[in-house]
Amino acid sequence: MPRLLPPGTKMPVRQEPATASVTAAVASAVDRHKDRPGALLPILHDVQQALGHVPEDAVPEIAQALNLSRAEVHGVVTFYHDFRSTPPGRVVIKVCRAESCQAVGGDALVAHIKQRLGVDFHGTTADGHFSLEPVYCLGNCALSPALVIGGEIHGRVTPERLDALLQAARGSA
Amino acid sequence: MKRGPIIYVPRDSGALSVGAESVAQAIAAEALLRGIEIQLVRNGSRGLYWLEPLVEVALTPGGRRDGFGPVRRDDVASLFEAGFHTGAATAAGASSHPLALGPVDQIPYLASQQRLTFARVGIVDPVSVADYEAHGGWRGLQAALSLDPMAIVEHVVTSGLRGRGGAAFPTGIKWRTVAGASGPQKYIVANADEGDSGTFSDRMVMEGDPFMLIEGMIIAGLAVGATQGYIYLRSEYPHAHTVINQAIAAATVKGYLGGNILGSGRDFHLEVRLGAGAYICGEETALLESLEGKRGMVRPKPPLPAIEGLFGRPTVVNNVITLASVPFILAEGGAAYRDYGEGRSRGTLPLQLAGNIKHGGLVERAFGITLRELLYDYGGGSRSGRPIRAVQVGGPLGAYLPAAQFDTPIDYEAFLGIDAMLGHGGIVVFDDTVDMARMARYAMEFCAIESCGKCTPCRIGSTRGVEVVDKIVAGKERAANTALLRDLCDTMVGGSLCALGGMTPYPVLSALNHFPEDFAKS
Repeated sequence: MPRLLPPGTKMPVRQEPATASVTAAVASAVDRHKDRPGALLPILHDVQQALGHVPEDAVPEIAQALNLSRAEVHGVVTFYHDFRSTPPGRVVIKVCRAESCQAVGGDALVAHIKQRLGVDFHGTTADGHFSLEPVYCLGNCALSPALVIGGEIHGRVTPERLDALLQAARGSA
Repeated sequence: MKRGPIIYVPRDSGALSVGAESVAQAIAAEALLRGIEIQLVRNGSRGLYWLEPLVEVALTPGGRRDGFGPVRRDDVASLFEAGFHTGAATAAGASSHPLALGPVDQIPYLASQQRLTFARVGIVDPVSVADYEAHGGWRGLQAALSLDPMAIVEHVVTSGLRGRGGAAFPTGIKWRTVAGASGPQKYIVANADEGDSGTFSDRMVMEGDPFMLIEGMIIAGLAVGATQGYIYLRSEYPHAHTVINQAIAAATVKGYLGGNILGSGRDFHLEVRLGAGAYICGEETALLESLEGKRGMVRPKPPLPAIEGLFGRPTVVNNVITLASVPFILAEGGAAYRDYGEGRSRGTLPLQLAGNIKHGGLVERAFGITLRELLYDYGGGSRSGRPIRAVQVGGPLGAYLPAAQFDTPIDYEAFLGIDAMLGHGGIVVFDDTVDMARMARYAMEFCAIESCGKCTPCRIGSTRGVEVVDKIVAGKERAANTALLRDLCDTMVGGSLCALGGMTPYPVLSALNHFPEDFAKS
């Protein structure tokens, strides 16, 4: 039996039309990739590259361009850890949680970062500066623990080194 | 004409993670300041990561390469002062620089290896076609172009090469199946979704010797009649992405890729596709779904990808190291490769020492070397200096092995014999501070995070597994819950569609069997 919505609830059926920047980003990505087989992932990567995330209003436009249902595109966007539906902070920190990093203090490092930033994984600091994401292996396992700050990889990271990196990232962004 | 000493500073992301970029910049700036002409080459890594950034100097092209490492930005001025660019810093006597390591290829860690696949990694400029050729590149392709397709396949069959991604399926048999399948289009897919913790050999090849992978893929295409290749690369490897795209562009310009390669009348097109952070896409059928632009959901087998793979066409899906092993096999003959190794494990395996290890890095040796030799002779024991208590071999789905099993030889069947697996050759070391119940819980948690959701034992079992481990650790009905955990593992092993759900029980059960005391602390 379908659940009834409380009286007065607006049905979340139609979305607002996409903003011009979203439409432009989608159009440019679609244009680049639409003739390639399996174009959806390259398109999503480009949209995220351009906008920092894949906004919900990009989904119908991508679906239309590739002759897919919105559900199919939504399904792909939400399946992959990389794609985010909300804008990230100015600097994204990806910290490795995998075994090799755990073997050399990775858990303590994760706790230290969370404490320093005051956010949990998938969170963004209140000032919008940092977003914190977990990652499962950066392939830097001979130099664990590893993390990425603003696209740059760092190995053998200690809490002290992390504080210095955060300081530098705070200044630069 | 370029002149001056050749100075190598790796562009490998491991080296970059400890400051190689700023060292390279400092060397260029210091040389300019001193008016010294140098040739700066950004090579791959030798795989001696505790020495990174490892700077090498050759006074003449092809000459002896002296190493210095680990070099920090602040060391650069003193290296010039000591004359590292003139040979003075390594000459016998008191002037030697404290970071001088002598000739790099005589460092025992490197000198004692059997580098067939990694022969050029860290030595060549990874994006120079000419350098690749000068170091024996393209010989396998030249041989393949003179052979009948089935003769290429037979070389690979003879070599005994098995899939290096972890499943260890005989590569030649897979190729034979695709060669025998008919279809208007066939594909070669390189699985570069190297997601196992403790592994980085695919990354090192792609960042350090990408033409070897490209050559292996072209040979595979010639063997099975495929004209299109894809490299499915994980998004966590942006540097590999850059290098391999540069290499593809360079190889295309020189006629190795594209239409009518080297005037042979054969075509091979190659393209890189990025993953998007999903461990499951390292599973070959999920990878194919992802390449097709879909959710990375595992497909039931059969049909095998060799028959109905990418876009429903016959497809070879091989790991990067598998494909990178092929140029040697074609250049030297299948028998030359088969002569290394033991039993049904032929050739060499690039092993990766990771985690709590003093000398972490890449060790390529013939099968048969023992774990103990790797951990102590190469690895030098733990980085912390404490006793090694456990090692996990083969990534997050691999078993945890106690010290009593360290004499196990690196051999597919020997590992199966102790309920373990070699996987992609990653070895993650833990000292005696590790909590094995925590690692067992993590294995289940990882499976829950990364499950594609297609089959119930993996999707639900992993979440229930986390809960049951928590109850055991908390001391709630410990005996009953331990029995339940074993039962759950049995269901996952027997009922999962792919190795994620099917092998997550290996780390869990091995932790429980070898380290029961960690589950009974409270």
